[in-house]
Amino acid sequence: MADSKAAADPGAGRFARFGAWIDARFPMTKMWQEHAAAYYAPKNFNFWYYFGSLALFVLALQIVTGIFLTMSYKPSAEEAFGSVEYIMRDVEWGWLIRYLHSTGASAFFIVVYLHMFRALLYGSHRNPRELLWILGVLIYVALMAEAFFGYLLPWGNMSYWGAQVIVSLFGTFPLIGDALIEWIRGDYFMSDITLNRFFALHVVALPLVLIFLVVAHLLALHEVGSNNPDGIEIKKAKGPDGRPLDGIPFHPYYTVKDVFGLGVFLVLFAGVVFFAPELGGLFLEAPNFEPANPLLTPEHIAPVWYFTPYYAILRAVPAFLNTQVWGVLVLFAAVLLLFFVPWLDRAPVNSIRYRGPVYKTALMIFAADFIMLGYCGLKPAVAPFTMMSVIGTIVYFAFFLLMPWYTRIDRTRPEPARVTK
Amino acid sequence: MNETIDKGRRQLLTAATTLTGAVGVAFAAVPFLASWKPSARAKALGAPVEIDISKLEPGGMLKIEWRGKPVLVVHRTPEMIGRIGADDSLLADPGSNASRQPEYARNPERAIRPEYLVLLGVCTHLGCLPQNRFTPGASADGVLTASWPGGFFCPCHGSTFDLSGRVYAGVPAPTNLEIPPYSFADDNHIVIGLDPVKEA
Repeated sequence: MADSKAAADPGAGRFARFGAWIDARFPMTKMWQEHAAAYYAPKNFNFWYYFGSLALFVLALQIVTGIFLTMSYKPSAEEAFGSVEYIMRDVEWGWLIRYLHSTGASAFFIVVYLHMFRALLYGSHRNPRELLWILGVLIYVALMAEAFFGYLLPWGNMSYWGAQVIVSLFGTFPLIGDALIEWIRGDYFMSDITLNRFFALHVVALPLVLIFLVVAHLLALHEVGSNNPDGIEIKKAKGPDGRPLDGIPFHPYYTVKDVFGLGVFLVLFAGVVFFAPELGGLFLEAPNFEPANPLLTPEHIAPVWYFTPYYAILRAVPAFLNTQVWGVLVLFAAVLLLFFVPWLDRAPVNSIRYRGPVYKTALMIFAADFIMLGYCGLKPAVAPFTMMSVIGTIVYFAFFLLMPWYTRIDRTRPEPARVTK
Repeated sequence: MNETIDKGRRQLLTAATTLTGAVGVAFAAVPFLASWKPSARAKALGAPVEIDISKLEPGGMLKIEWRGKPVLVVHRTPEMIGRIGADDSLLADPGSNASRQPEYARNPERAIRPEYLVLLGVCTHLGCLPQNRFTPGASADGVLTASWPGGFFCPCHGSTFDLSGRVYAGVPAPTNLEIPPYSFADDNHIVIGLDPVKEA
């Protein structure tokens, strides 16, 4: 290979010799080859394949902006709200760093939701990528926890009451409920102690978990290879050199494509950051511009938009037998179901291109249903939103629980041997 | 020297080591998990509070903080006390059997003295602060209709409670509003967080 030749060749350039020196001690070139220059990805990636690399970019953005925010933020009930105002007004460029971070949180969920939808479109969750999908769902769960802990930190009134509502969910468990929330909060109410520990979880614990999971997700991806819009294995058709005929090296082909996608993303992202960082109360809610007040509940508590589909599901379930633990259990079940999708899906083909009308209809209804639930979760619990939430919840569960049947009876078309366009 | 590997022995030793290690990890986890419990300082700050009710007019409500939770003290008028019980058939738990209150407050008025109602302003649904909507009839903001008998209303998810904080059936909140332990120090002072001394 190039590096061993350079080592043996005394006439090789200074850089090549330095590279060879490293390669003898650390698998630099080997890793670059495995994960970029000689990682063969299907040549037919389309628009939907931007969101993985965009999620990685947003993760990096959140880590960098987050580190800089901690330099001026004070994680105490007395000072937190003021320190965020200080970042916004007094710290040089502090407003930009904070808006990048707050907009980045919403952007993270947008790209992750589109990334997950892509998997359902092209069957990227199916054999042999079940573990890749499970790691992805774990990332999604960790991301929800990360966003939840982070949302308390500005110590605005919506931060406070939003966290209060979510922590109270754990109080619905029989027998252990009260002790459990006292343990989570470390106090008899959401206090300075709670804020301090949420800060530790948000800036140290969960980012470490996220980075670990993302590395595992990428390693699993590069082990099984990328799926593609045709949902067929490019490894099945290899040339005499052992490379997939329908594969192209990730670098330079897809690094260039992803950089283009990043450019488009950044235009939209910067538009929000500079012109509408609150996005009409959707990204930053109005009550959060008032400091936390344990004695004053905002008129209407709604979580940030990315949690609202699940919030609508929670509210759709009525209390009975004198407990409302059922809503909480249904909420957890709604997220837990995602882990089982690879085994619920029994279609003979992967991609939506070769699936029949039943799955196409089911997936479209599900996508519309998820958006409708999200809308209901933003609205107060009054008619017609209560009834819409109930119907939405039933449709959500039906999409997953009926999947083993409707994917099997669907009229699918045969998959091609080689990728199409 | 014997070069053969005793696999059974190795397996037993591996299992024993793993098990011992796991027990060690479990014990080592205790201090970390226990460090999340309320600290000595948090416990001290959660001590009882005394409030002066001499200036609380009939029909008025006082809101104070105890353990970070809003405690509502309502001075009910004889007319309000008279309305309690009229809607018992619409309530989810009129006898307060599944709800949380000290034994001495488990009566229709849910109070030691009927004219003073003391309860936690924490909706039993998800912890929001219920509003006092004591005036019967439709409200100006439209959330309450003409049939509203007067009571507490939770703005978050629309739970309704009567003038004793008892929950109406068919709303998200499962139980009546919680009543904290409290007692009368004298006619003008209520101590929140302290049970009354048993009279002999």
